[in-house]
Amino acid sequence: MTLLTLESVSVAYGSQTILKDLNLDVEKGQLLSLLGPSGCGKTTTLRLIAGFLEAKEGTFRFAGDDYTRKPVNKRNFGIVFQSYALFPHMSVFDNVAFGLRMRKTKETDVKSRVKRILEVVSLGGFETRFPKELSGGQRQRVAIARALVIEPDLLLFDEPLSNLDANLRSGMRVEIRRIQQELGITTLYVSHDQEECFSISDRVAVMNKGLIEQIDRPETIFKYPATEFVARFIGFHNFLNFTERAESEGVISLRAGEHLFTAVANPGTTRPGALKGAIRPDDLVVAAEDRSGPGVIGSLPGIVKVSTYLGRSYQYVVETALGNFTANQEMEKPFYSGQSVTLRFPPDKLVLVD
Amino acid sequence: MREKHFGLGLFSLLVFVFLLGPLLIIFATSFEPGIVLQFPPDGFSFRWYEQIFKVEGFLRTFKTSIAISLLGNVFALLFGIPAAYALSRSSFRGKELINGLFLSPILIPGIVLGFTLMKYLIVVYHLPMYAGLLIGHTVIMLPFIVRVVASSLSTFDFAIEEAALSLGAGRMSAFFKVVLPNIRSGIIASMLIAFLESFNNIDISVYMTGPGVSTLPIEMLTYVENHFDPTIAAISVLLMVLTGVLMLVIERLMGLSQFTRR
Repeated sequence: MTLLTLESVSVAYGSQTILKDLNLDVEKGQLLSLLGPSGCGKTTTLRLIAGFLEAKEGTFRFAGDDYTRKPVNKRNFGIVFQSYALFPHMSVFDNVAFGLRMRKTKETDVKSRVKRILEVVSLGGFETRFPKELSGGQRQRVAIARALVIEPDLLLFDEPLSNLDANLRSGMRVEIRRIQQELGITTLYVSHDQEECFSISDRVAVMNKGLIEQIDRPETIFKYPATEFVARFIGFHNFLNFTERAESEGVISLRAGEHLFTAVANPGTTRPGALKGAIRPDDLVVAAEDRSGPGVIGSLPGIVKVSTYLGRSYQYVVETALGNFTANQEMEKPFYSGQSVTLRFPPDKLVLVD
Repeated sequence: MREKHFGLGLFSLLVFVFLLGPLLIIFATSFEPGIVLQFPPDGFSFRWYEQIFKVEGFLRTFKTSIAISLLGNVFALLFGIPAAYALSRSSFRGKELINGLFLSPILIPGIVLGFTLMKYLIVVYHLPMYAGLLIGHTVIMLPFIVRVVASSLSTFDFAIEEAALSLGAGRMSAFFKVVLPNIRSGIIASMLIAFLESFNNIDISVYMTGPGVSTLPIEMLTYVENHFDPTIAAISVLLMVLTGVLMLVIERLMGLSQFTRR
């Protein structure tokens, strides 16, 4: 069931358009993340849904009602801010109780509900502490508890982990997913970190310049980016421009100059006949020079330009007739700069993007 | 890095002598037992401190000064806090202009401001002298309130206010429950500095005082014109102590750097 719908929403600051004709659906109980580089409009989308911004055009529907002009304090959405935004002058208990007190909940109920939610975020016994006495991770939990205790219809996260150090981040990520699934609460999550988004989301929307480039399950996006932008953003560093394509039985044959390649169909792309191929550095195979000529499908001769040691593998920049390619490869005996090699493009790893 | 610079040390010493010298001389002369203000004093006595409380004008104008400064402070806060909030929170066309307008009373010479206020408030609109005095003092306190409160709002994370809104608070209740408590020390500091500015003011007050209506600094000015005894030194010392104590409180609250930064 669709809980939240944005219908051709536009937002502009002055003459600058931030969101243009944006459409978005969120299913009840799902966690959807908005992923994109800074300035892509993901935070604007979140602030619009939260009610801090008003759409210039378009409609925001929530559970069948028009929320476009509904004031933020009447929306019953829980928000977790990047800076946590805890009330510095209040104890943990009063921070969490704030929303309940605003709703004129009986003080006995406030007590029991705050206690219960603090247990959920594993912060039982911290009631009398003040925000400045807590670690970053603990503040984050208080912020989540404060947003959850009002039993919100929607939970919004704005880059919640970006102020935590790397160790805490992965732990907190699991925690957020656990709480979200335990309570079955519909959640919108904004981040610029793809690993973070992919690991916790039911669906991910990749945004660029105020538009959603692709929205799908994380596994699908990871394997089949729909556009060049998405591919680049999630780590496809190599691109090939083909001049011809032919398709038979799900296998696509491609030509770039005198070189031939095959790729499998990309279910993500919207336009048929895409002529741009993308492949991750990890999937590109570097092999010793192959003297059998240019006829072998999916291979490309080249010369190693740069070889760098990454710890687990070596990274090569290989110059070819079709441009430079980056490949990562684990090996005992690495290739050296200036060595002639052959690049192999596995058909199931070469993806065609718009 | 603790190098000794003889020249720099001497220069600093001279600056301190220049700044503090007159204050020390006044301090010393206030204990003069004789009837003529002189330095060094002939002995030691509290005679002139007692004399302060015998001059009827000092007590009366002290009360007036306190009343005007406190009441003006309240009015300046009522205008100043919302102004500082609006200037920090939102951006709109002409924001810099409005900001400049609120700070302009510091930039315009007090003599000019005082004269203008007298001309319109007293002469043209026939307001009572006390009302003129109150308006004048409110105006000169406003820039300090706006500046200091805006400065403490500049370090305030407005996401905190948004959090309160998202939890169901209305705009007003979010402001009073969440914003205000977090800029409290800034507001108190702004009140104190504005109070000092008003309490020691001469150039505005001088136009709005007359027979029966006067502030302490004006009364002191009048007193010096007619008497040359050490009373004036004694009262100056008391005012220095008051100023010093308030400055100490401000420093404790938010640091004096808030006022020296441009």
